[in-house]
Amino acid sequence: MTSPLEQKKIKLTGPVVVTANRTSDGAVVYRSPDGDWTTQLEAAAIATNAVGAQDLLTAATADDLRAVGAYVAPVKLLPNGAVRPGNLRERIRRGGPTIDLPLPLGC
Amino acid sequence: MYVYDAFDRTLINERVVEFRDQVARRLSGELTEEEFKPLRLMNGVYLQLHAYMLRLAIPYGTLSSQQMRMLAHVARKYDRGYGHFTTRQNIQYHWIKLENLPDAMADFASVGMHGMQTSGNCVRNLTTDQWAGVAPDEIEDPRVWAELIRQHVTLHPEFTFMPRKFKIAVGASVHDRAALRIHDLALQLFRNAEGELGFEVMVGGGLGRTPFLAKTVKPFLPKRDVLSYVEAILRTYNQFGRRDNIYKARIKILVHELGVEAFAKEVDAEWQSIKDGALTLDPAMVAEIAGRFRYPAYERLDDSPPQLKAARGTDRRFGAWLGNSVANHKVPGYAIVTLSLKPEGGTPGDATSAQMDAIADLADRYSFGEIRVGHEQNLVLPHVAQRDLPALWRALDESGLATPNVNLISDTISCPGLDYCSLANARSIPIAQEITRRFRNLDLAQNLGRLHVNISGCINACGHHHVGHIGILGVEKNGEEFYQITLGGKADENATLGTLIGPAVPYAQVADVVEDIAAAYLELRQRPDELFIETFKRTGVEPFRERVYATR
Repeated sequence: MTSPLEQKKIKLTGPVVVTANRTSDGAVVYRSPDGDWTTQLEAAAIATNAVGAQDLLTAATADDLRAVGAYVAPVKLLPNGAVRPGNLRERIRRGGPTIDLPLPLGC
Repeated sequence: MYVYDAFDRTLINERVVEFRDQVARRLSGELTEEEFKPLRLMNGVYLQLHAYMLRLAIPYGTLSSQQMRMLAHVARKYDRGYGHFTTRQNIQYHWIKLENLPDAMADFASVGMHGMQTSGNCVRNLTTDQWAGVAPDEIEDPRVWAELIRQHVTLHPEFTFMPRKFKIAVGASVHDRAALRIHDLALQLFRNAEGELGFEVMVGGGLGRTPFLAKTVKPFLPKRDVLSYVEAILRTYNQFGRRDNIYKARIKILVHELGVEAFAKEVDAEWQSIKDGALTLDPAMVAEIAGRFRYPAYERLDDSPPQLKAARGTDRRFGAWLGNSVANHKVPGYAIVTLSLKPEGGTPGDATSAQMDAIADLADRYSFGEIRVGHEQNLVLPHVAQRDLPALWRALDESGLATPNVNLISDTISCPGLDYCSLANARSIPIAQEITRRFRNLDLAQNLGRLHVNISGCINACGHHHVGHIGILGVEKNGEEFYQITLGGKADENATLGTLIGPAVPYAQVADVVEDIAAAYLELRQRPDELFIETFKRTGVEPFRERVYATR
């Protein structure tokens, strides 16, 4: 699989968001409609066509100070309006490792 | 233990100051990510799926108890209370924040540790036998030679921006415990027919997308020439290695495309211009480095003391642990003890801060304050008096570190996979965990005997799947995780790449397939002591293939 970081041309098969890692701590963030970054997928700006996705990505990439390695990631829109990651990689990025960590979060 | 001198300490401390400034400039926006990335990589700082990752070098897998406590401290203070020991004798922290990294680096530097040469296109942290200095079949301590090369290449401008990363391993025992032949450059110390000590030099090994075993370019290299010859190899690689295509940039591709004879000729031509020059080793200098490896003041003890004999029959788990985790030591009355980091349901190679502290305490009490890390992602206490084995076992058991599965089917090597790694296509750790559950029955695992399962979550092969007796490679097909299975690989002195048995199987079936392979082996073997790898060599892949795909 080509890494999403090597995306050259955006081809959409469904709705997408732009995601990256926050510069200060590497946390997963999503580009929000107001040009900010959010850790909440539900608050992410969603693009449904290549032009919209490219615009989001261009602005996100230019914001190099706050977030690193921006790329376009697929999402699924549920009938009730909820947003879900579009593939396993993005599910893990959003939800964390699928395994029990040696110590619970917060320890 | 190796004792750093003032030069090394200054180098590490200066690097912390430099890195602190680089991080501050990145966080202020003075440096872009494009400018910062090569700087962080020179200190082992990667960006993974959820967070930054710090890879810390543990040269030759040798740790003091003081250093182990620092590993625990950093995990507790700056990470999430655990660390992950890797297949290259290093440790990784998966949750560390960029803003905390300079402080963590400073803490590590206080005990002589750093992240240099754990990333980037340089000569990486050298690896060797985790039993170095204590193995009965060892000719001499290979770490001396590894450290000598390390001193030459660290910050060497010629070897800091090579076509691609360069991994060197050094071995000095009859039995290869360092997976020499899967390295870019491997040096095997041995005594030739004339009784002289020297190195067999092997080049061009490596796994990944295009796996190769290293080929011999110099059957016998006198010890005094090791630096000049290694330099000639690195220069040849620097000159001819491809920089236009990352997939063809490793030295294994160069050796393969040129042919080993032509490659050796190029190296030799380069070598003639530097041989017998400034890089020829002065025995006094080698002795000086050797003198910095300090060995314990062993007691005069006998093998098989009465305390051990008495304890042997009292607890079945102790007996199993003794059989699988404890190995002969070169000094009478002592033993080498491997601590399994593969408990049932655990993540291979992970240790919590509490476990690291406990290991440090036990190392102080029972192993002269020394610990080793092996590429199989287990730890080793290298100097344990045999009389102390029962007490050590009880203490390890209390900390969850006495799982008696070393070298058994549940002692898997596994990369972090898609649960952490931004390169991965599929998960590795849950597969490894499921295998520990399926083979939790010690009688079954013991009956299967020595059986190495290696798992990688992508073609880069950090989990060494090509050289597992059973190799498992995660791939992605139409958005789903599938796994290719190879059989018959091994990483020892008779290294072999595994054979693919057939189409990839889905995630949910991988542990079933491993069970099928194990069952087939039990039916196929001709006697109880015929190892899996021996049975496979005799039968080939076909009966295993039939078994696995009969119902799939």
